[in-house]
Amino acid sequence: MPTTAPTAQALVDVTASDSTLRRFLHGLPGVDAVGLEARAAALGTRSIKTTAKAYAIDLAISMVDLTTLEGADTPGKVRALGAKAVHPDPTDRTAPTTAAVCVYPDMVAVAKEAVAGSGVKVASVATAFPAGRAALDVKLADVREAVAAGADEIDMVIDRGAFLAGGYLKVYDEITAVKEACGTSARLKVIFETGELSTYDNIRRASWLGMLAGADFIKTSTGKVAVNATPANTLLMLEAVRDFRAQTGVQVGVKPAGGIRTTKDAVKFLVLVNETAGADWLDNHWFRFGASSLLNDLLMQRQKLATGRYSGPDYVTVD
Amino acid sequence: MASAFEYAPAPESRSVVDIAPSYGLFIDGEFTDAADGKVFKTVSPSTEEVLSEVAQAGEADVDRAVRAARKAFEKWSALPGSERAKYLFRIARIIQERSRELAVLETLDNGKPIKETRDADLPLVAAHFFYYAGWADKLDHAGFGRRTTNGPSGANPAPLGVAGQIIPWNFPLLMLAWKIAPALATGNTVVLKPAETTPLSALFFADICRQAGLPRGVVNILPGYGDAGAALVAHPDVNKVAFTGSTAVGKEIARTVAGTNKKLTLELGGKGANIVFDDAPIDQAVEGIVTGIFFNQGQVCCAGSRLLVQESIHDELLDSLKRRLSTLRLGDPLDKNTDIGAINSAEQLARITALTEQGEAEGAERWSPACELPGSGYWFAPTLFTNVTQAHTIARDEIFGPVLSVLTFRTPDEAVAKANNTQYGLSAGIWTEKGSRILAVAGKLRAGVIWSNTFNKFDPTSPFGGYKESGFGREGGRHGLEAYLDV
Repeated sequence: MPTTAPTAQALVDVTASDSTLRRFLHGLPGVDAVGLEARAAALGTRSIKTTAKAYAIDLAISMVDLTTLEGADTPGKVRALGAKAVHPDPTDRTAPTTAAVCVYPDMVAVAKEAVAGSGVKVASVATAFPAGRAALDVKLADVREAVAAGADEIDMVIDRGAFLAGGYLKVYDEITAVKEACGTSARLKVIFETGELSTYDNIRRASWLGMLAGADFIKTSTGKVAVNATPANTLLMLEAVRDFRAQTGVQVGVKPAGGIRTTKDAVKFLVLVNETAGADWLDNHWFRFGASSLLNDLLMQRQKLATGRYSGPDYVTVD
Repeated sequence: MASAFEYAPAPESRSVVDIAPSYGLFIDGEFTDAADGKVFKTVSPSTEEVLSEVAQAGEADVDRAVRAARKAFEKWSALPGSERAKYLFRIARIIQERSRELAVLETLDNGKPIKETRDADLPLVAAHFFYYAGWADKLDHAGFGRRTTNGPSGANPAPLGVAGQIIPWNFPLLMLAWKIAPALATGNTVVLKPAETTPLSALFFADICRQAGLPRGVVNILPGYGDAGAALVAHPDVNKVAFTGSTAVGKEIARTVAGTNKKLTLELGGKGANIVFDDAPIDQAVEGIVTGIFFNQGQVCCAGSRLLVQESIHDELLDSLKRRLSTLRLGDPLDKNTDIGAINSAEQLARITALTEQGEAEGAERWSPACELPGSGYWFAPTLFTNVTQAHTIARDEIFGPVLSVLTFRTPDEAVAKANNTQYGLSAGIWTEKGSRILAVAGKLRAGVIWSNTFNKFDPTSPFGGYKESGFGREGGRHGLEAYLDV
């Protein structure tokens, strides 16, 4: 029966083999694309004003994983990013810190030093980010290096090729191996690259697969492909974490990443969280934005609310 | 940090609409008082505030309006279709330009949320006029054949003459559009009576007709009560009667019209079945159930007021549905975040209340989310009933309110049998991921509109109408032309 709630024992059983896993994932309720997108669009028309907007902006700032994932990253750039994460608005110390900075593994040590003592976490992408096309040993070495350098969070990518070919157990095993490599010190975010999974049914299956394998967060995308976080795919993943907690008692976080650039967009995502997963997820322990330029727009809107005037991009720091 | 995300009030501004303290009847291009000087008040159902005082049409006014429409008919029907289209296109564009004003007005007079008037009613109103404007010069190609001899008007195929149209209060301006757009496109002239609780948007439409330069008498608007509607139906010089409203009144109209050569279309009540199979996309089905019964507070003739859910997923679906209902926001209809507005009138509220009390008395189990109702105005919390059987009144009678009756079935045959076991036949919904099941079930349902994996979606290109006591005739689409043509 596709919609019967599995007990905790049943969830152990479903990961026993490729075929049981496949049967479970393909037994999840289907997703009607038109209906899903209509619901996301409808929630996008919520009008968030005044006090609600102020609350949402500060909440969104506190949920940003301030990210730099460029081949051209340098220690100087990462230090600047760390400083910005700790004091997003140098003119207003009441602005909350961001949740984390997100960097490549070789920059973890630099980032760690830059945010030391602030409570800002250091997240590192790993597992041959962004393509994930490397041997498991290489991926695990990547993770271990980041964890050893002090990463608080690991953002791994799944093997989309294996997933699309139906090799669910391979993907599952890889996630559990990475989870093990994270040890107890680092939380694991599992990136599906939803733009490459292509269908909503696949995104729902990937979400459950990731959660079954022990993901602490499920994350939409790397930010490196054409389609990244959208309201619809994030809504779908919020439904998945909501249903997973209802069935297992385990709460999993959600991180949309890539393409969220404006305060207006961020507020729409927070409405999705509020009206889908619920208030328990309105906390940066359970919801994040993977973004770089978003933070400055949030800060400009924050200044506008406080002063009644729009400032310009020169009144927030470029990095 | 974990404090709840409270949405601050976000009211749409009332200042975009200027409601006059009084309005007249719109006859022959002029606003005039009723012959007997009668007026009535129209109130905002969310606050009970009096919005305006409106002239109340009587029999003498009906006669005057029909004569004006008859006089206008000769020239209007003789215009080339392409010329009539220009007026309709102009009206459609003015509606778009004034859509914010009209949305606020409709929300004030009707009580429905601004979200709906802004995003559903008004776009559909404009779309309807655009759509039928496009038909006006293509009637010869609408599939009704060409007449061998030209009628007195020279049009081909020919319009009927004067159309008497009576519309309900649930979608005041949209129902006006459904009636007036095809009538004018086909060359008829119109006398329209809006419902007594929602006359204002029709009167604003009268102003739009003047703004568009529509010839005098082509459209006449007569606010009033049932007596005015009865006089319009009975008027000997009316050639066509179109009515949307209750089945009881529809039957009365059919009796009046019987034995005359008036052409009649009726859009009446409904008790739509929304059928959810166990392989449905559950999250979207929940949204569709909510849209099906809580859109416009359930005051929709095609509402999905009976939920037929497959037994094997009953508990899971009901949990999801209850969780979803708990997020509905009821309150000020002008607030942009309001999902559930006010019930249109005290009378309707009393009817909903009586029927739900009967549901409880007959043994169905009632549930509503925690929900604070405003102190003034007419309000009813979203409600669902479980343990409902086909024998319960709430499974048979149209409630026309935010009340969902939940029934179960085990097999597709049983679903079809229960869905069809009603005196009505207006709408139905089918939820399953299996395409072949959609086709198989849809073919067996006796309902004029069947939605699959969606509900309450409207489009001017799609014909709409009922089976059985839900009425006859189709509005919308190419089929909608037929009701206004002598074919």
